[in-house]
Amino acid sequence: DTVLAAATITMKLTSTVCFPRQEIMKWNGWGYSDSKFLFNKKGQAEFTGKRYRLSGMVLPSLQDWFENTFGASVNHKSPATPALNASAVPPASLNEAFVEDLKATGIPFSHEAEDRVFRAHGHCLHEIFALREGKKFERVPDMVVWPNCHSDVVKIVELACKHNVCLIPYGGGTSVTSALECPPEETRCIVSLDTSQMNRILWIDEKNLVAHVEAGIIGQDLERLLNESGYCTGHEPDSMEFSSLGGWVATRASGMKKNVYGNIEDLVIHIKVVTPRGVIEKSCQGPRMSTGPDIHHFILGSEGTLGVVTEVTMKIRPIPEYQKYGSVVFPNFEAGVACLREVAKQRCAPASIRLMDNEQFQFGHALKPQVSSIFTNFVEGLKKFYITKFKGFDPHQLVVATLLFEGDRERVLQHEKQVYDIAATFGGLAAGEDNGQRGYILTFVIAYLRDLGMDYYVVAESFETSVPWDRVLDLCRNVKERINRECKERGVQFQPLTSCRVTQTYDAGACVYFYFAFNYRGLADPVHTYERVEHAAREEILANGGSLSHHHGVGKLRKEWMKESISSLGVGMLQSVKDYVDPDNIFGNRNLL
Amino acid sequence: RELSSESNIHIYCLNILVFVTLQQRDPMLKRDGFEDILEERRNSSDLKYALRCYAPVLYKGVTPCKANMLKNIVLQSDQLRYVINQVSQESGEAPDIIQEEASVILEEMAHRLQISTVRFFAFALSKAFKTLFQHVCVNEEGIQRLQQAIQEHPVVLLPSHRSYMDFLLMSYILYTYDLALPVIAAGMDFMGMKFVGEMLRMSGAFFIRRSFGGDKLYWAVFSEYVKTMLRNGFAPIEFFLEGTRSRTCKSLTPKLGLLNIVIEPFFKGEVFDVNLVPISISYERILEESLYARELLGVPKPKESTSGLLKARRILSEDYGSIHVYFGQPVSVRSLAQGKVNRSTYNLFPRHIPRKPMEETQSFVNDTAYRIVRLQEDNMVLKPWVLMASLLLQNLEGMELSVLTEQTVWLRGLALSYAAFLDWPDHAPTAKVVSSSLALHRGLACVSGGRVSLVVGEPLGPVTPEEALFNRAVSVLSCASYRNQVLHVFLRPAMLAVAMLHLSDEVYNCFSFLWDMFSNDFILCPGDTVQDFEEACYLLVKTGAVQMPQQDIVMTDIGQPTLSFFNGLLEPFLQGYQVVCRYLCEEASEGLTEKQYIPAVRSFHSVLCVFTGNLRCYEVLSSDMQKNALAALLRMDAVRKVKVADQVTLIVNKMAVNSIDDILGKNRMISHINQTQISPSLSLVAVAEDLCRDGLTPSYIR
Repeated sequence: DTVLAAATITMKLTSTVCFPRQEIMKWNGWGYSDSKFLFNKKGQAEFTGKRYRLSGMVLPSLQDWFENTFGASVNHKSPATPALNASAVPPASLNEAFVEDLKATGIPFSHEAEDRVFRAHGHCLHEIFALREGKKFERVPDMVVWPNCHSDVVKIVELACKHNVCLIPYGGGTSVTSALECPPEETRCIVSLDTSQMNRILWIDEKNLVAHVEAGIIGQDLERLLNESGYCTGHEPDSMEFSSLGGWVATRASGMKKNVYGNIEDLVIHIKVVTPRGVIEKSCQGPRMSTGPDIHHFILGSEGTLGVVTEVTMKIRPIPEYQKYGSVVFPNFEAGVACLREVAKQRCAPASIRLMDNEQFQFGHALKPQVSSIFTNFVEGLKKFYITKFKGFDPHQLVVATLLFEGDRERVLQHEKQVYDIAATFGGLAAGEDNGQRGYILTFVIAYLRDLGMDYYVVAESFETSVPWDRVLDLCRNVKERINRECKERGVQFQPLTSCRVTQTYDAGACVYFYFAFNYRGLADPVHTYERVEHAAREEILANGGSLSHHHGVGKLRKEWMKESISSLGVGMLQSVKDYVDPDNIFGNRNLL
Repeated sequence: RELSSESNIHIYCLNILVFVTLQQRDPMLKRDGFEDILEERRNSSDLKYALRCYAPVLYKGVTPCKANMLKNIVLQSDQLRYVINQVSQESGEAPDIIQEEASVILEEMAHRLQISTVRFFAFALSKAFKTLFQHVCVNEEGIQRLQQAIQEHPVVLLPSHRSYMDFLLMSYILYTYDLALPVIAAGMDFMGMKFVGEMLRMSGAFFIRRSFGGDKLYWAVFSEYVKTMLRNGFAPIEFFLEGTRSRTCKSLTPKLGLLNIVIEPFFKGEVFDVNLVPISISYERILEESLYARELLGVPKPKESTSGLLKARRILSEDYGSIHVYFGQPVSVRSLAQGKVNRSTYNLFPRHIPRKPMEETQSFVNDTAYRIVRLQEDNMVLKPWVLMASLLLQNLEGMELSVLTEQTVWLRGLALSYAAFLDWPDHAPTAKVVSSSLALHRGLACVSGGRVSLVVGEPLGPVTPEEALFNRAVSVLSCASYRNQVLHVFLRPAMLAVAMLHLSDEVYNCFSFLWDMFSNDFILCPGDTVQDFEEACYLLVKTGAVQMPQQDIVMTDIGQPTLSFFNGLLEPFLQGYQVVCRYLCEEASEGLTEKQYIPAVRSFHSVLCVFTGNLRCYEVLSSDMQKNALAALLRMDAVRKVKVADQVTLIVNKMAVNSIDDILGKNRMISHINQTQISPSLSLVAVAEDLCRDGLTPSYIR
């Protein structure tokens, strides 16, 4: 009953032959090769493959929405380069002594161009755009290694120190902060350390409700495997189909159901990290300790600059008995935010509660599959009539909150009532389970939609922040306005799409997620334009009391604002930890600092 | 000598900088044309006009609300509630009582803008304007820019303030062009006129007390009221940066209170941007002309009263020429603040708690205020009479009409090359222009026997010397209010000219001294001394009055008339300040209070004039100049204020005042010669020639 695909992308290596991920995943776009949006011969949009609920469906209103929103046309294609041009990849510069020693350990490795390119990027717009354009790469890893367990990692790190090789840990590859980009100035051999083979659940402790898991495991596999034993972690970041446990720890990830289960820092009990100085771990699994600053917090968010997370002990919960989606329509964004604030104040947030603005609401509607029965259509029409005509909601103002409740049935229903009652005091109208569920589908397919946009001259990206409650509205308005203004000033010919949603609520504030897209026809360097606009948007966020990042991290994309964000003394503290743990900068991805 | 080494560097960069400065100022100088809005009023029904459909475009983010709802929003705001609780804790009164007080304050303050009253004014003012004025001219391109700006962001209208007419005129124009009517911050003085006050309230005026220094509650109500209207996009907000009507027709140094209030929502992220629109309202003849002169001379300002307004009806029989209203380019606060104010410093403090603005913000607001006033000045329309008045004031004995005509033409050329916004009739012979100017201002100047001289009101019966002096001063000050209109065009080169004729020190140092001295009298943006100096050099070089071989500034052969005119232009100010210095050194008693200061200077000077006949400077009798001179001395630490009991006493540092007097005095020597000769400009030329011959070329750096 989840919106997730059933298949897994984790594959075991057989002997020394590396089974490459790129066989089932796109090398120059998001997700599975078999799943993509396209406009068919009739000009109708459809989603291929069989993995998702939308798979194989025709989406009749998407084309209109797409063309009207962006001023784009299905007749103006900007197709991607079909295959990787190996000559565009710089030759591997190998550290022979390291390779010799590595061979002796029997740990599999590769220096094939495709393997290296696949691990040379995350999913920032500029990274994907460059792949699609077939641009020459400045710097990619020189080789890839696949450790199978903690002790393999210890060996690799020791050899890297011995031969002064640069290591870049690679988990799910879903970074959107340029964190996986190789520093172009790095002259040493760069080795990408792919954790995908460390994907086992080592043990489950039902007495304490914890599981000990290898850090390379991918989110959906972790949930599936735990489900088999009747448990879950409840950690569901939007990228969970592809992102890894180690990656979550390294970036301070947040899952959509954090209201029930907590964010990654609340979930981890014990972390094992291999650093150039040795292995860091705590001596016990006490649920809370007063032993000076928590060393886990040096690791959480360290973005691969200190070492490799190899094993994690994390909390697990019995699978909830009952799950229910829901949605509420509000007359405008202000009313919606006020409601979410009240829900947070009363501390009765459901597992997930998200508020989509009007643009996103309309976007969601454009993704409605063709309805077969006339009756459903009729009912839909009636609902629309009721909301817009009878209740007087302006279709260009109304917004929708999507909800997900979890727990035992009775409590869920009780909880649901409480939330709907609060919503009603802010003019909210319950709008059904379907709308709610559709909202969450959007989350998983949005990245696929970016690839569709790029086929038709539209570039898109998302970014996030966290902000105190009283500044949410001002921040959303000002950031959108700033984007619009910057686009205009930078010669973007078409009105950009700017959309936001409040995706998480906290006692003292909220997480806000922005989508931003524009038609780049007529621009000489769309990526550069895009980057300048995003830069301006981030400045606007900071000026309006938003944080540098809520869960994406800093990477190299947002490094320039670190001093401003945490003070130069704060940067110095982090730097001194880095200098102690990794004096030779073996973990040389140059993120964060 | 630090300054001179600094200026040394400046001179090297001068050529480049001057070029840059010019480029920066140039775009502003592209000015729009005007349309006369009275023309249509003369050709069609005023009633129809007053009743026509009025549907202005609004701010795109407007939250529609009635004037009454506005009060509730303000009273229930977190900001006000916080201050109410604070005041309640400090005073021990119950919050309810303070809340009630706040509500009373708001009631007294709030406007009740309604369209029917505006229609009434539209009708009545149409009639009045047609009688009083020949033309009311507006730059329509400016109106279009404003219309655009109103939709995009909250707009603040910042007109210059010369007359009571200003804000009715503004609303009238905005109504005419179907633009959103503003809400206007007005002084409480209007409330004296019961009926009229209420009418103004219903046309959008809200009333603020003139002073409420320590009253936290009043400030909170007031600032929240203004901010609420701004944030909600209720209406454009209009106020006068100068704070009050300028009685001298010089722009007044800006007051920052309201500007701080309207800018803060931007810094706090409550609005994306705020557009400041400088508006220059130029009157060919000001309704209050002679009233102002008397007021400056200490005749108390008539209290605003409805009956007084009715008496003013006789004004209706006179011709007041034209009005020009120029809507400047909207200035985006966001763009101005870029790189100057770090908005994230507002992140760590709850936004509803009032806080003193940070230093960075204060200096930004101050700077912005000055720039806006300068933009107002730049687009002030000048009439030929303004030039004639400048010449007449340098020739108080009167001038041959032909000489006046000739010099006016010369001055016109100079003004135009300094980018003055001169409204000189096309294709009219100069003699005609001069004679029609004299006709319009016949109350100030008259021609008899081919000589033009100032008109001095002669009361019936015997006249004491003091009365004669007073009457003379009224006419000089009235005339000066026209000369003052052109000062902003000539000010910088004129200060340089004075500095050049002043030999004891380097030119830049002397310029900088004058700049500092006069920064209450004129609009000199804080920190712009060097830039202003460069502009002055550039302008004088441009018109060929000086040359700058290597590091010197040298007067050219043809530069003498220009420099002497400039020297004469500032002469009354130099003299005036000097009289104040003399008074403070020679006459001022030990316990001189601030209140006594003005009448004391005035009588000191009267005595000086009447009995010694020594000084011919009438302008120092103006309270405006006396206040500015005192402010300058206070700023330069030559005088200190000490509060003793309820009185503020002035402590004079006689050494310091004496040395300032000395510096000014060196100018005066030249001016004395100037004054005693028949043709002042020629005499100055002679002096300058003498100086050159003696090898005392004013050099800029030694």
